Amino acid sequence: MGGAIVALLAGSFLPRNRQVVTRWIAILALLTSVVAAGMAQPPMTVFEASFSVDAGSGFARIIIALATAFVIVLGIEELSGTRRESETYALLLLAALGAMVLSGASDLLILVTGYLLTSIPLYALVGMSRSPGAAEAALKTYLLGALLGITMLLGVTVLSGVSGGTSYRQLGFALGGAPAAAVVVGVVGVLGGLMFKAGGVPGHFWIPDATQAAGKAVAAFLTTVPKIGALIAAYRLLDIIPGSIDWPLLVGILAAASMTLGNLAAFWQDDVRRLLGWSTVSQVGYLMLPVAVAGRTDLALPSLLLYLAGYAATNLTAFAVVAALPSRRTLADYRGAARSHPWLAGALVVSLLGLVGTPPTVVFVGKFTTLTAAWDGGLVWLVVVAVINTVASLFYYLRWLAPMFSRTPAHPHSPPDPAPVAHSATVRRRWAAGSALVGAASVLILGIVAGAILSIAGSPLAH
Amino acid sequence: MLSLIVFLPVLAAAMLVVVPRVPDRVARWGWLAITLVDLALLVGMWIGYRNPQPGELAYEEQLQWMPSVGSSYHIGVDGLSLPLLTLTAVIFTACAVYALRETDRPRPQAALFLFLQSACLGLFAAQDLILFFVFFDLSIVGMYFIIAGWGHGNAARSALKFFLYTFLGSLALLLGFIGLYLGADPHTFDMVELAKSVPFQNAPLAGGFVLAAIFIGLAIKTPTFPFHTWLPPAHTDAPAIGSAVLAGVLLKMGTYGFLRIAMPLLPDAWRSWAWFIVVIGIVSVLYGALVALAQTDVKRMIAYTSVNHMGYIVLAVGAAGVVSDSSAQAQQVAITGAMVQMVSHGLITGALFLLAGVLYERRQSYDLNSFGGLAAPAPRYAAFFAVAAFASLGLPGFSGFIAEFQIFAGSIGTVPLSLLALPGILITAALFLRASQRLLTGKTRGLSSGFGDLKTSEALSIGSLLVLSVVIGVFPRFLLDVIEPAASVVVDLVGR
Repeated sequence: MGGAIVALLAGSFLPRNRQVVTRWIAILALLTSVVAAGMAQPPMTVFEASFSVDAGSGFARIIIALATAFVIVLGIEELSGTRRESETYALLLLAALGAMVLSGASDLLILVTGYLLTSIPLYALVGMSRSPGAAEAALKTYLLGALLGITMLLGVTVLSGVSGGTSYRQLGFALGGAPAAAVVVGVVGVLGGLMFKAGGVPGHFWIPDATQAAGKAVAAFLTTVPKIGALIAAYRLLDIIPGSIDWPLLVGILAAASMTLGNLAAFWQDDVRRLLGWSTVSQVGYLMLPVAVAGRTDLALPSLLLYLAGYAATNLTAFAVVAALPSRRTLADYRGAARSHPWLAGALVVSLLGLVGTPPTVVFVGKFTTLTAAWDGGLVWLVVVAVINTVASLFYYLRWLAPMFSRTPAHPHSPPDPAPVAHSATVRRRWAAGSALVGAASVLILGIVAGAILSIAGSPLAH
Repeated sequence: MLSLIVFLPVLAAAMLVVVPRVPDRVARWGWLAITLVDLALLVGMWIGYRNPQPGELAYEEQLQWMPSVGSSYHIGVDGLSLPLLTLTAVIFTACAVYALRETDRPRPQAALFLFLQSACLGLFAAQDLILFFVFFDLSIVGMYFIIAGWGHGNAARSALKFFLYTFLGSLALLLGFIGLYLGADPHTFDMVELAKSVPFQNAPLAGGFVLAAIFIGLAIKTPTFPFHTWLPPAHTDAPAIGSAVLAGVLLKMGTYGFLRIAMPLLPDAWRSWAWFIVVIGIVSVLYGALVALAQTDVKRMIAYTSVNHMGYIVLAVGAAGVVSDSSAQAQQVAITGAMVQMVSHGLITGALFLLAGVLYERRQSYDLNSFGGLAAPAPRYAAFFAVAAFASLGLPGFSGFIAEFQIFAGSIGTVPLSLLALPGILITAALFLRASQRLLTGKTRGLSSGFGDLKTSEALSIGSLLVLSVVIGVFPRFLLDVIEPAASVVVDLVGR
């Protein structure tokens, strides 16, 4: 377990020598951490009960490490040769480490550490892109992150004030007798911070801007990895909050708001990255269904972990396709793409229909188990809202997919960003395209072996 | 064996996609060969089929899939699924024959149809709710790409409407399945287990809501009034073989779901709401017939007669839910009629859509008024069309007669209200006679002059469907022997 973090830290301090080397060091570090996390251990807590080692954090470490490695591979062409290549890798690794810390935190102070460790590299990553909107996006991200970071600190202060400690074990004992109003303020504050990380309402404003303005690899990263840490952290925290306050309703409302707002905003987007950005906001809404019934049904945690794994694979695949076709930026640019790039079109079909939740992709199993969990936990209204939203989301994904199979090809007008290439319509980046195919295959394979994942993820959390 | 039948087409489809540079000729003939092999396997299965005991299945296969949520890969065959599995294979074979002359991207088309065939076969074999749902959704995806990719007119829009509408239905279905899962003790998605445990026996309100979700999901697919609005545009803009599959196979998924899921798993709720379902069925019958009468577009007209024909099935399954002490015989007749109607409608409407496709292929028009006197330049076409039209209006000697006779015989006894649906037969007869008259008789005029007659592949595919309809109409015993035991099992289950 500790090996994961050490390996990751080592990886991130080594850079500065030569650019290519850093890439392979980064990937190696990530894969090492997967292996380390894969070693089965009984659920327990370490570092004086401030960090949990259990199914939740174990899954998170595997998903985060694999997702980050995937991001690095899909960004090879985009990043290689740029001046900030090694810094990018280091920042990605640090942010990934932060997400891992978040996912295992069982102490409010560790939670804050994880929050800062993910946020600060993100500001830099967003701002590092040279695209016109990057400065604005970075500023927006920073301001929102700082604001919600403060509410999080406020929440932490209140919670530790009323319970006399910051560890979750202590909170679990003491909050039952604490005044409900104070607990509400504390939970709302901490959740606010986590929602910024997850990119859900009310902390979602930065997502579409950052997704559009940042580099594609960075965009793929920031819509995937922080969410994993933040949602598991939210689950872990809510699991110990006593029933004296009606937090399932609160989380349910946030979930409904996220999915509805994300979907409505995505409806008429023309830029594919902005569309994906809004779609991730709506995905957070679905992902919060099991969070809303944390601890109330046996299915909540396995379904959350499965959905997170599936979401990571599916979302990254979609971004990999976008990265592989750098000259195509708007929905119109994708017209006729199936002709010139049949395999990439296939990968995009798998990933976008996967995001809708069409079987046999893994998100389907994730979605239906989260719906089952939410219904079992008593939130039937939220299940109905999620289903209606799913149908609505199909509309904008099809707006993207349908023109691809049109018989008249498009003439992409916007120049590709870093390298000026003449025959832009047929430009295809090999590494990104390869990762898109691997991603699409894994989306399908994960869907078939989902049953096994659910069984492994079934063990309860360590407190 | 059953798994092989289900997955053989999709494996072939994967081969077509993966192997580079398959010539178009090979793709077309390979597609036909695979559908023929699949059909042969199914016929072999039918010959070896022995009616299983109530609550059991023939050719059963079960593998662990998601044990923690009580879902498994569980497939099997009984008297409800075997006729529809065979119908699926027949329709897809007919489509493969019809498409032998296709020039528009035959390779992806063959792959897509093979994929769709697997989805349809899987659905009719599935004995697990999640597996059923998986195939249900895959069939929607496959059909979407067929309409969007090979359709004409406003294909993209029609395909989108089809996808959104039926996807909404599939999610309503999923909600209902989750409700069934949570209502059963122990929690399971297995249909056989669920039929034994009878969920929601003491919770009529919850059972009613779950049935409502499942009913809406299946009713959209069937489609019944008022959920039918996606059907006419989807049919009009789909390619001929797409329409044939959509009407012949995909619509059956809805009505099959009533018999397979809604009735046996939610018997209490079904009985309480049977009168409502009967009314929906009668309205669909009359509404479909009347709107079809008003059409001048051949394909739209056939699409609306589908609403009418599927309405008879809904009427029958509704009437079968009205239980009294002496009704078991009538219920069984109604359900048998509903099953025969599914097979019959698949064959006849499939043939009619292929015939309409011939019109469009030659003249890019479905307008009844622009044709006239087709019998002179295209006698073969005229003969086929007339036979299909008579079969569809329920003339004795064709399968439709057997089906509709049984449906009314079984329904009117328990629900005298069913008499109200009888004018539907009359209206359909009128509209088919009128359409045949306009299209085929009189002086050759308009688009009809110089109309090329049916080619061998077209005649072969349409003809085989019509011959099967006659065979069922004249010798229905081989089909009824399979269906009747299964129908009485359903009657027992719904009467609990």
